[in-house]
Amino acid sequence: MSEKNVILKVRNLSTSFVSDGREVRIVKNVSFDVKRGKTLAIVGESGCGKSVTMNSILRLLGRNAKVTADKIDFYEKMPDGDMKIHHINEFKKPNGKEMNFLRGQKISMVFQDPMSSLDPVYRVGDQVMEGLREHCKISKKEARERTLEIFKKLGIPDPEKRMNCYPYEFSGGMKQRVVIAIAIICNPDLIICDEPTTALDVTIQAQIMDILQDLQDTLGISIVMITHNMGLVAQMASEVCVMYMGRIVEKGAAEDIFDHPCHPYTQALLKSVPVLGMSGEKELATIPGATPNPAELKDGCEFADRCSYCTEACRSGEIPVYEISAGHTVRCIRAGQQEVTS
Amino acid sequence: MNNGNKGEVVFDIRNLCTWFPAKKGNVVKAVDDVSLKVYRGETLGIVGESGCGKSTLGKSVMHLEKPAKGQVLYNYDGEMKDVTKLNKKELFEFRKKVQMVFQDPYSALNPMKRVYTSFHEPLKIHGYKDQAEREQMIAEALEMVNIQPDYMLRYPHEFSGGQRQRLCIARALEIKPDVLICDEPVSALDVSIQAQVLNLMKSIQKKLNLTYLFIAHDLSVVQYMSDRIVVMYLGKVVEVADCRELYDSPKHPYTRALLTAIPVPDIHRKQKREILEGEVPSPINRPAGCAFHTRCRHCMEECRMKEPELHEVKDGHYVACHLYRDEAGKI
Amino acid sequence: MANNMGMAAGGAGISKEARQTRSREMMRRRIRKFMNNKLSVIGTVFTVLIVLCCFVLPMFSQYTYNEVDIAAGAVPPCADHIFGTDRLGRDLFVRCMVGGRYSIYIGVISALTSTVLGVALGAIAGYFGGKIDSLIIRLTEIFQSFPQMVLVMIMVAVIGRGMGNLLIIFTVTGWMQTARLVRNEFLAVKGETFVKASEAFGMPKWKIMVKEIIPNILTPIIVSATAVIPGYILSEASLSFLGVGVSDSTPTWGSIMNSATSLGAITNYWWMWLIPAALLTLFVLSVNFFGDGLRDLLDPR
Repeated sequence: MSEKNVILKVRNLSTSFVSDGREVRIVKNVSFDVKRGKTLAIVGESGCGKSVTMNSILRLLGRNAKVTADKIDFYEKMPDGDMKIHHINEFKKPNGKEMNFLRGQKISMVFQDPMSSLDPVYRVGDQVMEGLREHCKISKKEARERTLEIFKKLGIPDPEKRMNCYPYEFSGGMKQRVVIAIAIICNPDLIICDEPTTALDVTIQAQIMDILQDLQDTLGISIVMITHNMGLVAQMASEVCVMYMGRIVEKGAAEDIFDHPCHPYTQALLKSVPVLGMSGEKELATIPGATPNPAELKDGCEFADRCSYCTEACRSGEIPVYEISAGHTVRCIRAGQQEVTS
Repeated sequence: MNNGNKGEVVFDIRNLCTWFPAKKGNVVKAVDDVSLKVYRGETLGIVGESGCGKSTLGKSVMHLEKPAKGQVLYNYDGEMKDVTKLNKKELFEFRKKVQMVFQDPYSALNPMKRVYTSFHEPLKIHGYKDQAEREQMIAEALEMVNIQPDYMLRYPHEFSGGQRQRLCIARALEIKPDVLICDEPVSALDVSIQAQVLNLMKSIQKKLNLTYLFIAHDLSVVQYMSDRIVVMYLGKVVEVADCRELYDSPKHPYTRALLTAIPVPDIHRKQKREILEGEVPSPINRPAGCAFHTRCRHCMEECRMKEPELHEVKDGHYVACHLYRDEAGKI
Repeated sequence: MANNMGMAAGGAGISKEARQTRSREMMRRRIRKFMNNKLSVIGTVFTVLIVLCCFVLPMFSQYTYNEVDIAAGAVPPCADHIFGTDRLGRDLFVRCMVGGRYSIYIGVISALTSTVLGVALGAIAGYFGGKIDSLIIRLTEIFQSFPQMVLVMIMVAVIGRGMGNLLIIFTVTGWMQTARLVRNEFLAVKGETFVKASEAFGMPKWKIMVKEIIPNILTPIIVSATAVIPGYILSEASLSFLGVGVSDSTPTWGSIMNSATSLGAITNYWWMWLIPAALLTLFVLSVNFFGDGLRDLLDPR
């Protein structure tokens, strides 16, 4: 594996939360790589642990969270072309010097709700400049120019006037652009977008996705996109991780996931949403039941209770992960059986 | 499937305007001069972005909002009655025929009451005095949404989102309405749960020959559910067409943008996209002329001055756009 | 449809056993929740205890509350008079117990009536909004901008002293806080979907207010109702001190405390004010904790 192409490597990440004296595992043995200049999508429904995974990596969780991992490595590309490896899992303090260096300057985040990501009492221009001046130690004038440039790039009309506005004067889509501006102002290598358009209208969503795609094409930024929308995944991602109840159940290149989905959950996810142009006569595939309570999970496969292929073997023991083709892995007993028979 | 123009009219909405007072004496024209017909047994989808007035339209039809102007004619056993002019008693009867399913299943059931009570109350109001009769009606409604009657003794917080929305549908159906107005019924649900509810709604419609007014922001869901689709923009109807027709040959530039903006979960279908510039203007200062002209790439001089009227370009296909003034189908 | 009917005929609905086990289970769960909150259990026990003592114990005492015995005046607590006596030689234990009856009576009843009035007006203001809302809000402002004591005294002057009149006066001058609170809660709950759904069913407005909205705002109502009880007990005490409260012969915790008003009395006759004050504080605290527990019992979650 050439490490030049990888920007973030995660191995066996687990996160659990302690509440009322009980420990509940929310993320279990998650491993993935983010390739440099590519987009990795993490797909799953609410409560599947996709946001917790990314927050664990950035060490943004509260005191009641317990994060363990074999490896969380961030590969920083030095100006001379060498790689400097930051072992995030070995950092002592979640808000120490090393972590703060990475957060904001090398890795930044865009959250779902643009309304609460901005501080309502500061002008948006100042909020964008704040991060820049914090990390890059440049003069106020330079910072202002950089901000203006970014605003123009993100298609914020009348940027000079808009910089002096307060967040309440902005619409949802404009706010999200400002949030993206804050995220990219320090030229990070990796942006983590947590449901960046869920709160926005579709035409605005298209604009924001266009901006992200453009940033990747021009600046080579790597993107981790957390979403539940398979449409956005198809449009943006080159690699996909499908998560269910804290596990990565299927992982692979976008082509693998969309053309040969192997896990029953992935298959159901793809068939359960109405697609534009689909005939109304066709019945949607449903996943019976509801997502279980993470505190009451039984042994074996987490999806067993809702799976139509469920057998005795799914109900006990550790479910192995099978590699079906290069880079395409599935955590399902059926995949192993097919491998044997074929 | 219903072909639109042939069925019996259930609702005839004429020049409906619902305005809200805003600050400084302004008015927000949430619904402005909307005319529509709803036919028996069809699903009429109403789609648009936030703030386009689709929910207000649904509430005005239901008479939960009082319209400023216009008529909502409801077919009351062959007689067209104006809902906006009904007296208290007539309105009460009207509510028996037309029911509503709301967006947020989490707050649609009173959290302090057992589901049992929430189900009995509407029946009691509508004069079903006998408890056994009520229980039977409720059992029928619950059977339709696949929920065990024993669950009725629980409180709403003991149900998942999908179950709650199914309960809400059952409760709306228990008094046996003819029309169901569904205001974003699945947008608060997880994707895997959405399919359950959508399938259920389709099968119930077939079984009971219901008429649906299906309001949603997600065009792919609306397209899947509906026979005809109404596209709204800033309080106005910009296009009405049969579902297939709208998808195959959308006319209004806004509809086309909406169609291409939706990401399709298929990596091989690389659509050419028409990304709209700018944002929906505030409904307080709606642009003069065609409200869409600020974002339209085909904007002409005429569009800034004169508001286009909804006119038929093809059988059952209506568009409000100056581009289609002279000959149908031309861009 | 036929299928449905068949199912309905075959004993549709909820089985009797299910209903019974379910309500038993709910009851048990609520009681468990109530018992888990130690403070509210203690509060309930003390509330009941104090009320019982006030109503039962005086019957077994050899003294009565207004028996004057100048010779035994200002006796500190001893075996004969466990709470001591006041300067007129009246047994303070019996006085405190009997006084407690009146104090509790005034506090609880005034809190109840003023809360009912406040909830009614607040509900109307919050639910209907518009002109009636502004009218009620203006009314609360007028009432609140007037010093309450002065208002009460004016009313006493007009309608006279006495227990019944005091209750009426406390009700009329005490509803504003609750009304404002209820109005704001109503505004918040009115926007919930279940209210819209009830409207869509054609449920009458009063029914929506009483049966749908009020159960959801019981918590703040109960909290405020239990919180105003001490206020009324203390107001009564002040009025009694000024000689415009209940009639002079009726003891209340407030009026007993008022016997110790000079600095000398406070230092020399500590039992005369400390004991009724302690009882008052204990009762007020207990009632507040009891209110917490009541809330747990009422909330299904």
